[in-house]
Amino acid sequence: MSNKIETTNLDLYYGEKHALKAVNLNIVEHAITAFIGPSGCGKSTYLKTLNRMNDYVDGVKITGQILLDGEDIYDAKVDTTVLRKKVGMVFQQPNPFPMSIYDNIAYGPRIHGIKNKKKLDEIVETSLKNAALFDEVADRLHTSALGLSGGQQQRLCIARCLAVEPDVILLDEPTSALDPISTLKIEELLMELKDRYTISIVTHNMQQASRIADYTAFFLVGEMVEYGKTEDLFSFPKDKRTEDYITGRFG
Amino acid sequence: MENKVSIYDKHTRISDNVLAFLVQFCSILAVGILIIIIGYIVIRGVPAFDFKYLVSVKSTLKKTFGILPNIINTIYLIVITLLVSCPISIGGAIYLNEYATNQRFIQIISFTTEILAGIPSIIYGLFGMLFFGEFLGLGYSILTGALTLAIMILPIMSSNTQVALNAVPPSYREAALGIGATKWYMIRTVLLPSAMPGILTGIILSMGRIVAESAALLFTAGSVAALPSNWLTHIFSSGGSLTIQLYLEMEKANYDYAFVIALVLIVIVLVLNYLAKWITRKFDVNKVD
Repeated sequence: MSNKIETTNLDLYYGEKHALKAVNLNIVEHAITAFIGPSGCGKSTYLKTLNRMNDYVDGVKITGQILLDGEDIYDAKVDTTVLRKKVGMVFQQPNPFPMSIYDNIAYGPRIHGIKNKKKLDEIVETSLKNAALFDEVADRLHTSALGLSGGQQQRLCIARCLAVEPDVILLDEPTSALDPISTLKIEELLMELKDRYTISIVTHNMQQASRIADYTAFFLVGEMVEYGKTEDLFSFPKDKRTEDYITGRFG
Repeated sequence: MENKVSIYDKHTRISDNVLAFLVQFCSILAVGILIIIIGYIVIRGVPAFDFKYLVSVKSTLKKTFGILPNIINTIYLIVITLLVSCPISIGGAIYLNEYATNQRFIQIISFTTEILAGIPSIIYGLFGMLFFGEFLGLGYSILTGALTLAIMILPIMSSNTQVALNAVPPSYREAALGIGATKWYMIRTVLLPSAMPGILTGIILSMGRIVAESAALLFTAGSVAALPSNWLTHIFSSGGSLTIQLYLEMEKANYDYAFVIALVLIVIVLVLNYLAKWITRKFDVNKVD
């Protein structure tokens, strides 16, 4: 059990707003780590710092250190293209490109220079299989991805993310826009994927965290309040605020 | 006490009816005016029309009429104007929408763009004549006219492209960047294809404006109606567009010929508008078939 990502004293400001306050958090390799907390607590913001998607927000300022395999991801030498190949992201709303299913999956590999048709075919098939979507779409790979259902679209986005062979997968409330059956499918999928990938998931849903996460971190107004093994955090919260939140007293 | 109201008690609201009638009348009026204008031009133009006009040259000596040079000049104007204005306006719109971060700068640009769009076209003509014609020494030429028109349609095309880019969901950008695409790769592979129907529609509507323009061309491209002797150097010679020829015929009270040209212009504009609609549907990547 080693740490894939180590965060030390991370502070993040959106202009005047202090969105993350001295966050210290390690993310364990080949496990699922869930970030929970009420809206605006900073859990999504933290997730986005891990592959530098916050770079595009105006007036963002970040101090502290995040190490990925011992390398500082905010170092000036970092190529964000390579970083995001290693640390992929799946968003809250399924966001397939308005292209065919095939081109959606091949998009990432093509960025990273893979042009060979046979190789791409292979990647598309494997990625879709790994995202448990292949059987449903095998006969319509070249039709628009926008014709898929919401749940299928989200699994397509996971497949698209897998296609660049990342080490880490970040998921920002990936099931909040989906129905219960699709949610279950995605949860099962994540449980299978954690053997090969390090997974971090932001979720509003505490049951979801307790169902799938090995580790859970609780955020509140920009602070990382408590972090531990999921069963410990839910059964024996150390901090009063964690207890109040998980017992439904606020949030 | 309970006051029982039946859902069958229908009240006729007079003000509703009056308003409904008024808005209906307005919409009929708007369509009606269009139909009357087109109808009038068709009624006056069709009897005077002859297909040989489209392929022959006007000659005062032989007393023949033809608008082939004007058609050719109009095509020259469209092509050159678009060649100049498309890269500038689309590039500028991409910069403003995707790269520029200084809000004040963006505001100043969009404010100037709006003002530019409202300037009467004859003023563009005046500027084009003095700047391109006199200062740059291009004289009365198709090139002077096209450069003037390019400046004139720049604001419309640029703001149209910006609208098209803005309509692309931010989630597409996030998805592409999140998987490691560079900004330019994202723009090339996701943003532009998604915005393409909107951009193309804007280009075609701009073509409509080029075809319809006369005031800005009067002092710049001039009014010569001669066939090009050399396809390349033709851009340096004066060339009257269809609208300019229409103006000249009106001036000489040759109303039949004027209506023939008007008919040709109306057909071109209708075709362009239809094309714009067709392209919007045809190239819409967001539709699912």
